[in-house]
Amino acid sequence: MSTLLEVSGVSVSFDGFKAINNLSIQIGEAELRAVIGPNGAGKTTFMDIVTGKTRPDEGYVIWGESSVNLLTMSESQIALAGIGRKFQRPTVFEAQTVRENIVMSLKNPRRPFDLLFGRQADDTEYRVRVVSDEIGLTDALDQTSGALSHGQKQWLEIGMLLAQDPRLLLVDEPAAGMSPAEREHTTDLLVRAAKTRAVVVVEHDMDFVRRLNCKVTVLHQGSVLAEGSLDHVTKNKDVVDVYLGR
Amino acid sequence: MQSSFIARNPSVLWFLLALSAFTVLVSLLSEAGGSALISTSFLKTLGKTLCLCLVAIAMDVVWGYCGILSLGHFAFFGIGGYAIGMWLMYERTAEIVTTSLDSNILPPTPDEITDAIGSQIFGVVGSNDFPLIWAFSHSLTLQLLAVVLVPGLLALVFGWLAFRSRVTGVYLSILTQAMTLALSLHFFQNDTGLRGNNGLSGLQNIPGLEGVPQATVSLWFFWASAFALGAGYVLFSWVVSGKLGSVIRAIRDDETRVRFLGYHVESYKLFVFTLTAMVAGIAGALYYPQAGIINPAEIAPIASIYLAVWVAIGGRGRLYGAVIGAAVVSLMSSWFTGGSAPDINLGVYVIKWTDWWLVLLGLTFVAVTLFFPKGIGGLFDLLPRRKGDTK
Ligand SMILES: Nc1ncnc2c1ncn2[C@@H]1O[C@H](COP(=O)(O)OP(=O)(O)OP(=O)(O)O)[C@@H](O)[C@H]1O
Ligand SMILES: [Mg+2]
Repeated sequence: MSTLLEVSGVSVSFDGFKAINNLSIQIGEAELRAVIGPNGAGKTTFMDIVTGKTRPDEGYVIWGESSVNLLTMSESQIALAGIGRKFQRPTVFEAQTVRENIVMSLKNPRRPFDLLFGRQADDTEYRVRVVSDEIGLTDALDQTSGALSHGQKQWLEIGMLLAQDPRLLLVDEPAAGMSPAEREHTTDLLVRAAKTRAVVVVEHDMDFVRRLNCKVTVLHQGSVLAEGSLDHVTKNKDVVDVYLGR
Repeated sequence: MQSSFIARNPSVLWFLLALSAFTVLVSLLSEAGGSALISTSFLKTLGKTLCLCLVAIAMDVVWGYCGILSLGHFAFFGIGGYAIGMWLMYERTAEIVTTSLDSNILPPTPDEITDAIGSQIFGVVGSNDFPLIWAFSHSLTLQLLAVVLVPGLLALVFGWLAFRSRVTGVYLSILTQAMTLALSLHFFQNDTGLRGNNGLSGLQNIPGLEGVPQATVSLWFFWASAFALGAGYVLFSWVVSGKLGSVIRAIRDDETRVRFLGYHVESYKLFVFTLTAMVAGIAGALYYPQAGIINPAEIAPIASIYLAVWVAIGGRGRLYGAVIGAAVVSLMSSWFTGGSAPDINLGVYVIKWTDWWLVLLGLTFVAVTLFFPKGIGGLFDLLPRRKGDTK
């Protein structure tokens, strides 16, 4: 499997505290990967670095076949290069309808004048429907998204990711605050999405990770503690210590 | 989604209807319309109010929709006024000077004419040379272009510097205040060539229209202001609706998130900031010929703060709210400060509205912000709504 994203030797500190410490992770094309680790392990910060929100003190983040350096790119450029992100706290535009949220995310020209003068593509409605069917929000398309339940907002945010049609999805705690049934639906969504693109999922819930049935990376204190199948890493003595030690 | 613009924005139709009705009514009641129920000076006040409404909707777009609390948009309004004022003053002085020199025995040379115009205009600041910025003042076309382009260019440069450095929130507001303060101080300087604190005056006398009574000229300006407000309303409704509007409102609510969707947020802010500055320039160019005079005090920082207060009281994030806020507050302001409001005698103390109006306005602003954040426009939410009626 060829490498899509390569993070190597990345470190970042906040006021002297090393949140990420010489971290190296490789994500392959169309790979599903779970990232786990205790609170404060640096999982969110890892995503911040890849998406350009946080600039590391050292290291490289290399993307795609042409090996572009993501560290020189702005957040919007990185997003356009094909990396989509779902935040830990669901962030949808609550004042707008579900449809508006999805339409805004659809892969389309994104400059102001494109939006002002460009005619809306004829297949827009169709593409919106594909996404809303996938996340089960077709009936809620004209609803204000602030009125959605917590779980539905999480799905909408995943839907907004799918609408962008990225090559890599970074998904931060997608199942937080969901009922067991909702979790199952979310697992299906992510597994399906990973068929055609790479998906990196940060999650605390071990059952959820088990259902993803994929390679797992364990982060601890800003670096990789173990990597492999879930069974493999849970047998790892360091991992057991870290989890039980808390 | 593909429904027509008007169908998606029913408020546009209502607004245009109300504006037309108002315009017709005022025209009929004006002196030029045969009746004298509306005096020419009040007609000018109404015309000026329409211009203030226009700059208010621009402010609403930049603040209420895009979340940029610019406290400098009145500077663009003032620049528009200066740009048209320069032509008005030059052309009018040129006419007077030429007529008076014609009575000389020897025909005047072009240099003599220029000198005479120069000393007429700049005598008050002890000079009779034309400063460089008056280079185009003889040309109405070029000065009209300046009405739009100078505010646009200033906004573009200022916005580019500020947004690129990701200056947001209160820091941006302070920066815009600094901009309008600096501009005002600059205009106060005699060296700037805009007649310092004298400003430009006699702007109500339109060159070429000497034979037309002020009552009629005022009505024409009133119409022009109404037309500009209507056109501005349609333009901004179009901008803030549809996909562009969706992104703009998203930037207001969470600009970081918009970046991660792949939008270059700075371009959007720059677009909105510049477009609204240009419209503010047009509003100013229509306002000052009705006011007759413009001076640097007009673009003092407080003016832009008032603009924000109008929009807040009227209800931001809805264009008609800005119109209502600007109209109500500015009309009340001229009523209270104009000395027409009856003083209240409390026995021990007399409340003079000329002094106390600002206090009342301040309290209203605080009350609206705290208890009625949707402003006056929020009252419309109490009306029964039809489906698809989006704000
Ligand atoms: N902007 C910041 N400034 C200062 N410290 C930060 C910042 N961002 C993260 N940190 C710190 O870096 C460490 C790693 O944080 P991060 O959010 O990446 O953890 P996490 O693995 O996502 O944890 P959780 O499971 O709780 O979400 C934490 O100790 C956090 O307090
Ligand atoms: Mg986290």
